[in-house]
Amino acid sequence: MTDIEAAGSAGTQLPPTEHEFTVRQRTQTQLVLRRFLRHRAAMVSLVVFVLILLWAFIGPHLWHYSYQKYTPDNSRPPSWKHPFGTNASGYDAYAQVMRGTQTSLKIAILIALGSTLVGAVWGAVAGFYRGFVDAVMMRIADLVLTLPLFAIALVISSRSGGSWYWIAAVIAGLTWAYVARVVRSTVLSLREKEFVEAAKALGASDARIIFRHLLPNSLGPIIVNATVLVATGILTETALSFVGFGVQPPDTSLGLLVSQAQTAVDTRPWLFYIPGAFIIAIALTINFIGDGLRDAFDPRQQRVRQ
Amino acid sequence: MLAYTVRRILVSIPVLIASTFIVFLVVVNAGDPVANFATSRQPPPSKAAVAAFARHIHADEPAVQRYWNWITGVLHGDWGPSVQPNLDIGHDLFTRFRVTLTLVAAAMLIALVLAVIFGVFSAIRQYTAADYTITFFGFLFLAMPVFWFAVLLKQAGIWFNEQTGSQFLGTIGEKSPYLEVDTTWNQFTDRIGHLALPTITLALVSFASWTRYTRASMLEVLNSDYVRLARAKGLRRRTVMVRHALRTALIPLATVTALDIAIILGGAVITETIFQWHGMGEMLVESAATVDVYRTMAWLLLSAVVVIGFNLLADLLYAVLDPRIRYD
Repeated sequence: MTDIEAAGSAGTQLPPTEHEFTVRQRTQTQLVLRRFLRHRAAMVSLVVFVLILLWAFIGPHLWHYSYQKYTPDNSRPPSWKHPFGTNASGYDAYAQVMRGTQTSLKIAILIALGSTLVGAVWGAVAGFYRGFVDAVMMRIADLVLTLPLFAIALVISSRSGGSWYWIAAVIAGLTWAYVARVVRSTVLSLREKEFVEAAKALGASDARIIFRHLLPNSLGPIIVNATVLVATGILTETALSFVGFGVQPPDTSLGLLVSQAQTAVDTRPWLFYIPGAFIIAIALTINFIGDGLRDAFDPRQQRVRQ
Repeated sequence: MLAYTVRRILVSIPVLIASTFIVFLVVVNAGDPVANFATSRQPPPSKAAVAAFARHIHADEPAVQRYWNWITGVLHGDWGPSVQPNLDIGHDLFTRFRVTLTLVAAAMLIALVLAVIFGVFSAIRQYTAADYTITFFGFLFLAMPVFWFAVLLKQAGIWFNEQTGSQFLGTIGEKSPYLEVDTTWNQFTDRIGHLALPTITLALVSFASWTRYTRASMLEVLNSDYVRLARAKGLRRRTVMVRHALRTALIPLATVTALDIAIILGGAVITETIFQWHGMGEMLVESAATVDVYRTMAWLLLSAVVVIGFNLLADLLYAVLDPRIRYD
């Protein structure tokens, strides 16, 4: 749409022959954005995900029940007063699911941010210096990769006392190595490019080359990996909370809510299905967004669409 | 091949030592079993009893020395003291390992077979309704939390038993109690019935991700020149698919399967918790809750050996699947 308009307005100044071939130049960012906007599943997912995000973080301020206040109604099915029903002690499930979604999202996003930040710098430094530094840094990353994520997270977080940032730190401490590997392989090929040589010739310091040239240019794989980590993060945290080693009451998470409802699937099904559906919705939309981003950053992998 | 295998095993020993050392330091600092012992008992134990307990579980020694004593002890078959009195960790570990092995092996086998069938089908029928359906369910299963699905399946199993009036689908434990004296056939069906639901649970996530890998690698292979050549030679479509395409397409799957074994072991912890199996999952949860350092380490050491073993197996499988790869 905008192309035609741009070409049309340009056409008033240009001779008709040149008008035919006028193509507006697009930056890399614009190209990526355009490809992403055209990915239907990814766009729908992005809208749904943002809605869930807004609901979980703004909703609790607008809703008239608190997640930790008893209401006089026990075990009520969903109604106008309690859209997600209430549990056996009279907590309003709508407020609880909102709080649980908020906690789970906070943890998942912190995992993605933390491990991406550490992993990206780690991988870029290793890939840039190569040789001995690279060997030592990547052996450490490989060591972390051999550790079984869920088991170790379970063992360490038994000490956490349920604080959300500690759980996030534990999981991020075990997932950063994936990012480091991906970024290193990207940087290894980037560092041979002319623009890095040019920067070196201009006297740029190593830190400047890494942070201003190498990292921004590997942003594609970094962002794609970060979305995958949000999905991994939320599934790991909810599983930990389900087994009893994650978020602790009185705070709540989607995993804890499912765990508390597991004996009442038949009698109070709304308590079990709704938080589960939220976990699936978040993980599913994140996976689709990641898929769309991967296609957008890497046109070679783009599948043919009707 | 033999020389390569031996070399790989030798290389993985320092990796194993380094990773268990890091994990040991983490586990030792993850809690205070002595404080637990001193506060959680009624009446409170005497100072001397607390000190004796600390000495018994080596909590009074520096961590590095404890690690050294532990790792050399394991080589002699001594797995260290548990915080639970009279618990032989080695015996406990291997009894539970057999239970979990059945579950993990069954789940992996089912997930692999189904993933190859659905992945290949999806690739051959690319962009058809069947392909989109398989892809959609793949995404859905990848987003599905294992514990949620397990609880659902457990409910479905109870419902099934009520409807049919049978006890076929077991939802608690890995076998019915008091069945040791029964006939072999009854014992066998009882085991299968108890295995069914946990296996489906555990197979689900791996099935979804492996189907997507098989589809992707199959599509890549189908577009390659040698597959086109094989068709041009006049070979039957079926022969080309199975003998030429599938064999190569399975190579990336071998890597992914081996890498995923750690995730499956994590999934087994959740599955066993929900279906109340007395396997390694229960052992890990129990030992984490009681800050049982040596019992946790036994679990982690065994799982590390399994992970390394699987990666070696995957590398050896390459040579079988791809004639261009030779190890010497």
